[in-house]
Parts: sequence; C-alpha cells; structure tokens
Amino acid sequence: MSELLLAAAPFAPVDQGYLFEARQMQALSFAVHIPIVCFGIAFPAFVLLLEGLWLRSGDPVYRTIAKRWSKVMLALFAVGVVTGTILSFELGLLWPSFMATFGEVFGLGFTLEAFSFFTEAIFIAVYVYGWDRLSPRAHFLAGLPIVLAGFTGSLTVISVNAWMNDPSGFTLERGRVTDVRPLSALFGNDFLWHELVHMYVAAFIVAGFLTAAVYAFGWLGGRRGRYELVALVVPLTVAALAAPAQIVVGDWAARSVARDQPVKLAAFEGLHRTESGAPVHLGGWYDGDEVRYGLPLPRLLSLLAFHDPDARVEGLEEVPAADRPPVNVVRYSFQTMVGIGFLLTGISAVYLLVWLRRRRLPRSRWFYRAVVAAGPLSVVALLAGWITTEVGRQPWVVYGHMRTEEAVTGASGIPVGYASLVLVYAGLLAAVVWILRRLARAPVDPEPGAGGVAPMPGATRPESEDGR
Amino acid sequence: MSLAEVPLVLMLVGLSAYAVLGGADFGAAFWQLAARGERRSVLREHAYRAIGPVWEANHVWLVFVLVVCWTAYPLVFASIFSTLTIPLFVAALGIILRGTAYAVHAGTAREIERRAVDGVFSLSSILTPFALGTAVGAIASGRVPVGNASGDLVTSWLNPSSLTIGCLAVATGGYVAAVYLAGDAARAGLDDVATAFRMRALGAGAVTGAVAFSALAVVAVDAGRVGDRLLEWPALAAVVASAAAGLATLTLVHRYRFEAARYGASTAVACVVLGWALAQRPELLPGLSVEEAAAGRPTLLATVVSVAVGAVVVVPALALLFGLVLRGRFDRQPAAGVAHVAPKRGSRGRAASQGRIAAGVGVAGGGMMLVFDGGPFLAIGVLALLAAVAFGSLALVAAAVADGQADESSVGGC
Repeated sequence: MSELLLAAAPFAPVDQGYLFEARQMQALSFAVHIPIVCFGIAFPAFVLLLEGLWLRSGDPVYRTIAKRWSKVMLALFAVGVVTGTILSFELGLLWPSFMATFGEVFGLGFTLEAFSFFTEAIFIAVYVYGWDRLSPRAHFLAGLPIVLAGFTGSLTVISVNAWMNDPSGFTLERGRVTDVRPLSALFGNDFLWHELVHMYVAAFIVAGFLTAAVYAFGWLGGRRGRYELVALVVPLTVAALAAPAQIVVGDWAARSVARDQPVKLAAFEGLHRTESGAPVHLGGWYDGDEVRYGLPLPRLLSLLAFHDPDARVEGLEEVPAADRPPVNVVRYSFQTMVGIGFLLTGISAVYLLVWLRRRRLPRSRWFYRAVVAAGPLSVVALLAGWITTEVGRQPWVVYGHMRTEEAVTGASGIPVGYASLVLVYAGLLAAVVWILRRLARAPVDPEPGAGGVAPMPGATRPESEDGR
Repeated sequence: MSLAEVPLVLMLVGLSAYAVLGGADFGAAFWQLAARGERRSVLREHAYRAIGPVWEANHVWLVFVLVVCWTAYPLVFASIFSTLTIPLFVAALGIILRGTAYAVHAGTAREIERRAVDGVFSLSSILTPFALGTAVGAIASGRVPVGNASGDLVTSWLNPSSLTIGCLAVATGGYVAAVYLAGDAARAGLDDVATAFRMRALGAGAVTGAVAFSALAVVAVDAGRVGDRLLEWPALAAVVASAAAGLATLTLVHRYRFEAARYGASTAVACVVLGWALAQRPELLPGLSVEEAAAGRPTLLATVVSVAVGAVVVVPALALLFGLVLRGRFDRQPAAGVAHVAPKRGSRGRAASQGRIAAGVGVAGGGMMLVFDGGPFLAIGVLALLAAVAFGSLALVAAAVADGQADESSVGGC
C-alpha cells in the first residue's frame, strides 16, 4: 500500500444516518439463514441414520422416509445457498470499511468455507439424484461428505465470528492492519471451540425438535403408523440427547465469556456494579443502574461464571457508557435462550425416562403438545442465542478494535434496501412454508421392496420418473 | 507473475466458471420464459431437469470469487461493493427470488402456480446476470474509485459500457444454455427438443456475437484506459480467440456436434474474461495496482495454499458430479432390484449395552467439562460428550424403532 493512499485514509469513517437500519438488515438476513443452516448440518445426519437402518434391516419404511426427507433437504439447501450468498453480498454492501480493514485477517475462514459449500452442494446432488441409480452402498457413502462438510463449514464460519469476538493475529497501526497471521487469528482462538460446539449441537436440537414437531402434530391427529413412529423417534431421540448436553456446553461458553468479554457477561445479567457473590435476576428491567422488579437468585452469577459463589464479577460500570451493549436486549435474549434450553431439556427428560423405564413412547397428549411447541421454541432459542452474542458484542464489530459505526457503508438508500429485503424475505418465507406443506401432503405409500414415495403431479424431479 | 497476482488468477478462473456454468443456468430460465405454445411445458421440464443436479454447485462459484476477493484484495472488494451498491443489491435480490422459485417449482401442481413460479424464476434469471454485468462494466470503465462509496452511486453502473456488458451477460447465458440443453436433449433421445434448442443456439449465437461486437465498440470508446488496451496486444489476442471459438461453436452446433460445441462455447466465454483481465492489468481500480491492493504475504500464501488443498477435494468431486450428469446416469430409469437389501439380524441386547456405555461416557465427559476451564482435559470432555450424544442416539433409535415394530399396539393405543 502506497504512503499516498495510506495518508488519504480511503476508508475513513463516514456519517451514516441509517446505521440502525443497516444492522437490522444484517440481523434479518442472519435470522433467515441460521435456522436453514441447522437443517444443512443436522438433516443429512438424520437421513443417513435412516438409510443406515434400512441397510441393516431391509425394512423399506426407513428408506421411504429417508428418500422423502432428502427432497426436503435439497429444497432447504437451495434456499440456504441463496440466503448464504446474500450474507456475503451484505458484508460488502453494508460493512465495506470492516471488510477493507480486516478482510485479510479473517477472509481465509470464508475461503475455506467456500470449499465446504462446494463439497456439500456436489454430494447433496449426487445423493438426492442418486436414489435407485447408485448401488445402496455407494449411495450411503455419497451422503457422508455432506455431513462432514456441514461440520467443516460451521467450523470455518464460526472461526470468523469467534475472531470478531476475541480478535487476535494482527497489529493495528493508524487504521491499517499489519503483521497479519490469519491461521492463528482464526484457529488459535479461544472462542472458536465453545462457539462451534454450541452452534453445532444447537443445529441438531433445532432440526430435531422442528422435525419431531411435525410428526407429533400428526400423532395428535391420529396419524400413528409405523412410518410416523420412525419419523418421530429419529429426530426426537437425537434432540433429546443433544438438549441436556447443550446445558453443559452453554456453561463452558458462559465461563469463556466471563473471562474474555466481561462487559458482555455483565450485560447478560444487567450487573451494573462490580461485586463479589453477584446474583442473577430473573425477569425485570435494567434501568441503566440496576435491575428492577426482577426475581433475585443470590450468588448465582458468580457461581455460573466462575464456578465459585463468592467470585468477583465485573460490572458494566467498568467501561464508559459508550462501550456498553444495549443491556435489556442482551439480557432478555440470554434469559430466553437459557429458559427455553431448560424447557427442552425437561421435555427430553420425560421422553428418555419413559422410554428407559417402560420401553415405549409417552402416552399423554400433553407430551405431544409439548413437542409441537418445542419446534418453534427451539428456533426462538437459537435466534435469542445469536442475539445474545452479537448484540452483546456491540458497540464493537471487532471487539475492542473497530466500532460498528466505523464499519458501515457511506452509500445512501439503506432504508429502501431494508424495505425491499423485508418484502423479498416475506415472500421467501411464504414460499418455503407452502412447499413444505405441499411435500408433506404427498401421499405416503411405502411399497414393499421398492420403497418409493408415490409422486404427486409435478413432484421433485428424481421422483417424477419412477412413478411405478 | 508475483504472489500478489495469484489470487487474481484464481478469481478469474472462478469468474469464467461462473459465467459458463452459472450463465447456463440463467440462460435455461430465459428459454423457459421464451417458450410458447404446446412445446412450452416440454421445454420447461427439460430446462429444469437439465440444470437440477448441478444448480447449487454452479452458484458456489460466485461465492468463491467474492471470498477470494475480500481476503486477498480487501480494499478492492470494499470499494466495489460500496460504490456499486445498487446493481449488486439488485443482483442479490434476484438471487433470492431465483433460488426460492427454483426450490418451490417442484411443488407446483396447478397451471396458475406454475406460471407464477416460472415468471419469477425467468425474470430473476435475466435481472441477476444483467445487474452483475453492469457491475463488471463499471469496474472495467474505471468508474469505481478507491474508497467507501466514493464513486457515483448511479452513473457508475448506468452508462454505455455497463449496459452493453449487462446485455452481453444475459445473451451469453442464453447462448451457452441453448448449446447445453440441445446436447442434453440429444443424449436423452429427445430429438425434437434437441432440434428446437439447436435452432435457438444458432439464433442466440448470432445475437451474442453481434452484442459482443457492439460491446467491444462501446467499451473501446467509453471505457478509457481499458477500452484502449482491449484493442492492443495481448488483450486483442484473447478477443480474437473468443470470436474464433464462438464461430467454431456455431459451426459445431450446425453439424449437431453438441458435445464439442459445449467446450467451444465455454472457451469463447473464458476468453472474454481473460481479455478483460489483460486489458485491465496492472490496475484493479483507478490508481490502485494489484500489488498495492493485495493483502500481506501470509494471507496471500494461506489463501493460495487453501485453494490448492481445497481443489484436491473439490475438483474430483465436481468431475464425479458432472460425469454422472453428462453421462446421463441421473436420467436413466432406475436400475431394477437395487432397492432390495437383505435384512440382517440386529441384536437388541447389544443396543441396550451400547446405550449404557454412551450414557457413562456422556456423564464423564460432561463432568470433565464442568471441572476444567481449558487444556486437554476440557477437549477430551467435549469429545466424550459429543461422542456420547452421537452413539447414544444411534443405540436408542435402533432400539426404539425395533421395539415399535414388535409392539406397535402399545404405542398406537394412547
């Protein structure tokens, strides 16, 4: 970089009147993309589990479900491709200064992600179009790279988010990065591992409970055949084991935040003053000085954050008001996530205990109603978790180095863009709901041996040819 | 060639692949819109069917170009995206609409639904390459200065160079798609569809050639430095090669040699990208050379090595996918008998003991995670917990579905 350009500071901060709208636009795009990503991560594993059961037992019902779910998987992957592409556009459209300054530090994470994305796209096509056209063994093997790429894709994308929360691997001099060490920035990062495991497990919880919710709803309506039983048990079992594990993972994440982002941790609780033996308040409202009308649970914050009921926890007062995140948003998101997490664990415990003691599914209709509710609730928890960590990072885009207001574009017209994006995403949501309902309404007709799903008129292509 | 230029070469490869493969997808949708009369549904089905298996992979090329750009040339990426915010946002919306329409087209049952979905699909398939083409024109004609939205938000992409290159992008897609679809139909034995697309390929080839020549003339006059250099060695050689490949492709299509024509069309498109790159060299943006724009050496090295390693995985996989598609494995009638699998005897007792082991490992792993703040024991705890969830799920699912089979009345009668 020439001295001339350096002096001219081409990406000096600009005066952007619509910073909030730009943030909302980015948040909306993530809120659309992340639940779909959960299906990209977890659904291939469910489908392969079913195909594996078919290969072991020869019972065609597993294959029927696997085949049908793989079509849903492909449709959701297609939507995931576009919503992910939009995110990469928005990084440049909305946050050019962030990209110009730090692209060379974290960009590698996305370069690696592109290859996971390629692998997933290629093998998902081989898998879905390969039903009946590849040998059962080759077909099963073609599914494995999809599961693997789902993991490596999360690893590399989360490495970037972890770096934003806990930046290292560079030196910042007069607004320019020097001495960049991209590998240590992305993968030598303390935040990567707990964020990755937390998100990866969350993907199985969300995809598991959402899928189980569909069949629990059917169960309540009397659809209780063997097909529905298997389709309910597979996702529900995975989610029921993942949900309790997530509590331990969450505890690990909270301790890391306490150590490296004390301001964010203080915002989780709305802890204004630094104190030893800090409490947690359930509910209530942070008024800029303390939490009012909340239900106090003494010493719990110290216990959770440091595993010591008397530990000293730093309060928001440690940093100037301008360096604090919007406390109530973070606080309520955190409590929502944790609350739903325990609720899901409770549902899981009922399911697991009934099965272990009685070797059957619970009989109460309330259990199935709870599973129906668990589907959307798990999505709420997922999004609340991302709001907790991302709004909790504010006002920084690169924690401690660059403020969000320094990252934003100088271009005008953000409100117009935001409005158009809302409209387009509303259309996308409507279309996805519509297609999933259509796919669900196709008649289930497992034929012995062949195990094909009877095609509906104009059904997804690989099916439309083998309408026997 | 210096290290600073290597990522640029990777981007040009990605851009060519996207122009050919993504362009063919866009073009296929264009032909759906153009189809009329009784043939409409046949052509529509053929176009959807032909792009089906490769759709997602084709569009990852665009993501690849973007991520290499922002890693290796962050200042260039940021300048382009902030100044060209309008056409790039329009392209983004087009991509969402297109992807959505593609994802739902399978569920359409009634004619009115089909028309609506096809309409959105086709229009967004024209809008997106056009918008991306205007962005290319803006960069080529030097209308994107370095800086945060420093260029004119409107005239940077609403100008003669941008508009003609936008048209060229749409026309190229239509041409490549027609060649591809003709070949695909011929291979599938749909002779009348192949003939229909052959005529379209010949027509589109002529139109694309004409648009390309007018674009060359417009850019030569309008685009300043790049326009001048496009008519000099070495860029001119690429332009001539593109024209030659285009003419050869037309001849091949005329003679029903669709397979060879497919490579000819790809070469013609790649030569256009190459010509632009040679003319643009050595400046990426006005006053900003490749060397000045490039990230530091460690980042460039890491990027190049990652792409090389990634290519080892992805290139054979892509070859496998395209091999399966082009050899028609995916449109063959399903082989009889593959769905039969000999049942094996499972052991419920084994599943139960596996479940107990998984529970023990999970509790131990979770315990270690609660006790250790870092280091190898925490890592072992995490792995143990995840392994317990995975194997516990396998054991429990296997046992639960087997039980359900044996004792359906007990679960069904609640």
